Amino acid sequence: MTAQSDDELWSAIADPSRRRVLDLVVSNGEVSASWLAGRVQFSRQAVSKHLVVLEQAGLVSRRKQGREVLYHVEADRLDQATAAMADLAAQWDRRLGAIKRLAEAAHAEVKGGRHEGRRHEGEKQ
Amino acid sequence: MPGLVIEREVVIEAPAEVVWRIITEPDQMSQWFADRVELVIEPGAHGYMGFGDQGGPVVVETVDPPVRFSFRWNHPRGEEPVAGNSILVEFTLTPEGDERTRLRVTESGHELRDWPDAEKQRYADEHQEGWAEYLDRLAAVLAKDQSG
Repeated sequence: MTAQSDDELWSAIADPSRRRVLDLVVSNGEVSASWLAGRVQFSRQAVSKHLVVLEQAGLVSRRKQGREVLYHVEADRLDQATAAMADLAAQWDRRLGAIKRLAEAAHAEVKGGRHEGRRHEGEKQ
Repeated sequence: MPGLVIEREVVIEAPAEVVWRIITEPDQMSQWFADRVELVIEPGAHGYMGFGDQGGPVVVETVDPPVRFSFRWNHPRGEEPVAGNSILVEFTLTPEGDERTRLRVTESGHELRDWPDAEKQRYADEHQEGWAEYLDRLAAVLAKDQSG
């Protein structure tokens, strides 16, 4: 797979209706544009436009079978996007967990009647 | 076009004022975020966050204690960070009673910046079920309300 722009990747999956198209391709293997159009709320033209963007971003590929054009997901590329998103979310979960511990410890200290301020490691006892 | 938004939240057993202090005071930020935090908490203030030998400038955007705090970073060197060239990190604090706070963080703007090659995970087979699961994970970290 060629190195497509990552900007294209993020833009491609940023649109909810495009993600719906991608989702349908993922869960159904190889599908045609008209099959997709029968399963979404938007027009056949919109489906085709979404497929073009997804293809440019490297997320789907097409092949011809007889007169039909069938689309399938490019697994590596999708994996790249989902892994990066999951990593970011996990990073924030860790940070929020740390904030929670710090805030609850600070609050418990004040509630304990010690109003002399924050106490840090290394501070004089 | 709506962007990708990472949205996470946590419920903290402490008043919003306490949570506010943890997320905005540089000496507290250095305990949960960057190793080195040089920041004045004022709208428009320029600062720096360091992670080991890496780091970069940040610019404070919103300071509305103890409700909302946001900053922008990852903008191109030499440019002012604005919507379109930077990542916006926004904290929202919602009191739930006197001693409980819901803290939500959103991170947006990823589709607009360069992304380093994420390490590619190899899967023995590319089962459809596996990919559907990944899409669920993807959906789970995206903001719910992105219609448009």
